[in-house]
Amino acid sequence: MNEYSHLALAAVLAIPASAAALLAAVPGYRVSARLNMLAAFLTFLAAASLLAGRPVPGQYLIVDDLNNVFIVLTTFVGFTTSVFSASYIAHELESGRLTPTYLRFYHAMYQILMFSMNLALIANNIGLMWVAIEFATLTTVLMVGIYRTHEALEAAWKYFILGSVGIGLALFGTILVYLAAQPVVGEGLDAMVWTVLIEHAAKFDAALLNIAFVFLLLGYGTKAGLVPLHAWLPDAHAEGPTPISAVLSGLLLNVALYALLRFKVLLAANADAVTPGPLMVILGLASLIFAGFMLYRRRDIKRFFAYSSIEHIGIVAFAFGIGGPIANFAGLLHMTMHSLTKSAIFFAVGHIAQAKGTQRIAEIRGLSVSHPALSVAFGLCVVAIAGLPPFGIFTSEFMLVTSTFARQPLLAVLLGLGLLVAFGALIWRLQGVLFGEPTGPSEQPTATLVPIYIHIAIVLVAGVWLPWPFVRWFEQVARLLG
Amino acid sequence: MRGLIFDIAHLLAGSLVLVSFIQLYQDRLTALLNVFALHAVVLALSVAWQAFIQGAPHLFVTAAIALVFKGVIVPLALHRIIVRLGIHREIETVGGIGLTMLAGMGLVALSMVVMLKATAGADPLAREDLAFALSVVLIGLLMMVTRRNAVSQVVGFMSLENGLILAATGARGMPFVVEISVAFSVLIAFIVIGIFLFRIRERFDTVDVSALDRFRGDRG
Repeated sequence: MNEYSHLALAAVLAIPASAAALLAAVPGYRVSARLNMLAAFLTFLAAASLLAGRPVPGQYLIVDDLNNVFIVLTTFVGFTTSVFSASYIAHELESGRLTPTYLRFYHAMYQILMFSMNLALIANNIGLMWVAIEFATLTTVLMVGIYRTHEALEAAWKYFILGSVGIGLALFGTILVYLAAQPVVGEGLDAMVWTVLIEHAAKFDAALLNIAFVFLLLGYGTKAGLVPLHAWLPDAHAEGPTPISAVLSGLLLNVALYALLRFKVLLAANADAVTPGPLMVILGLASLIFAGFMLYRRRDIKRFFAYSSIEHIGIVAFAFGIGGPIANFAGLLHMTMHSLTKSAIFFAVGHIAQAKGTQRIAEIRGLSVSHPALSVAFGLCVVAIAGLPPFGIFTSEFMLVTSTFARQPLLAVLLGLGLLVAFGALIWRLQGVLFGEPTGPSEQPTATLVPIYIHIAIVLVAGVWLPWPFVRWFEQVARLLG
Repeated sequence: MRGLIFDIAHLLAGSLVLVSFIQLYQDRLTALLNVFALHAVVLALSVAWQAFIQGAPHLFVTAAIALVFKGVIVPLALHRIIVRLGIHREIETVGGIGLTMLAGMGLVALSMVVMLKATAGADPLAREDLAFALSVVLIGLLMMVTRRNAVSQVVGFMSLENGLILAATGARGMPFVVEISVAFSVLIAFIVIGIFLFRIRERFDTVDVSALDRFRGDRG
């Protein structure tokens, strides 16, 4: 059993890495899009098999309670996105926005991105995790700029500069954690190995850990898109190819948050360290309320949903900041649900933007008349992301609001305000997209809607009835997070 | 001997902060690049000294990278680029130079207070190194914020990164230092090539970032 799980762990990294090399060499987009799907699917299978048995953590890699479900989630969304991407890319090629050479580059980059996100998730070493996240950032920068228009290059440049600053601050935080560990654990690699760190965390210098967390929060918070470090996020989402927007919102933000969670566990294990709660609550609330109001003024549909991602990442950060078993549970559930729902939304938005030939909300009207099938899928996604029952996001938001009311009524009022503001924006801005007189071309997209429905189905099931293994897992991790 | 070792490390790390300040008041791109080359050379010396006193030969690799790549290749490449782009004139700053210098002093004071307080228990050498490193990082950030020109933003980022390398070498026995400095070099190479490519493709008329703000997507 154990040998197999070692193999599976190696496969989670090896499949995307070798697929990237292969895809860089294969001409012809049909073959490479299929290969891309196949590689993503195999990676998903390997990741899913890790649920059955875990390898013993080594010095570099680990599978534990905290990351197990995230790996499965990441590889799953990676797979469904590759399915969406295949139909999306075909259209981009027809419309001449991308050339075959760039497509080859795009597919190779997609697999490299999957590789680095998987590596960041399973790294048992805070240095390796940092390198993986830097690598993922660099890859997405290149992909955001792939259309090579003025706007795309500007977005990529902004993302590059802000992302580099964030990654720099995170490195400083990582060095400080090493310094805190070094007197206790000793010099060398051990002082960066996660499992060793957590074992000895109680004896670390609390003041150093506190400062380190501030830098890590700012650094990885930039990557997660927390206000006021979010400036790169809407541009990067709006100007890049839509599959990349889906992966950015659905996965990369999660990976950055996951890195923060790792360090939060470390702080929770040290009795003298400050609780990182208040900082995360402030950043989370700021993101939620700011993004909620910003939603009203968006004119570009991808930018609109990028702000919605900031809002939801804010909710998650807030939940972990409040802490305690229930709020942490809600935060984990919300991360999972948001990642599934938001990537489904970007799939739908990608099809809509291609069908209508524009991303401007004002020019997309009456979808339910012109594109009935697409509008049903999109409508369901919007209902889910707005936090209406019976979808999973309602469950997590409800849990968060009630547990906050019990402990910090004042904060709960602010949280409720932010949620309502964002809810209003979603309904107000998007009902025109769905209903009313149709505008623009009404040619039917041939693309498959299956990935959207799969995501929505999972979110629906989670909202109605969460399977017990997941409940148990969420509870375990929630306890770890303190 | 112990005192001398400490003093030299202190001197080199302190000079790095000083050179960071010199960068802050440069108002010409060519001069800024020259000062940045000096910054990299001081970093290389500091890292080499740390490699010597820690008995860690692999750190000499990091020092060599700092010296050759950041001290020579990148400044030369950027020199050629700015001459070709015809922007070796003035740097626009947000706020005046004086104000920026004051802010820089504030940041150095802040990092001293924060780091010295937080690391009271640590080895004094690592402690002071870290305080200096944080100052360099923060001044690099300040430079990125106060400069509108893309090239000087990159210089700001590189000096920020120099501060990180200083911190990483100051932490005794930290693994991956060499790998990290290589990774950063790759990142910087990407940035430099990026600037160059933007121009070659003639997508931008200028590398002034404020001109890039023409399109914000949500206007109009």
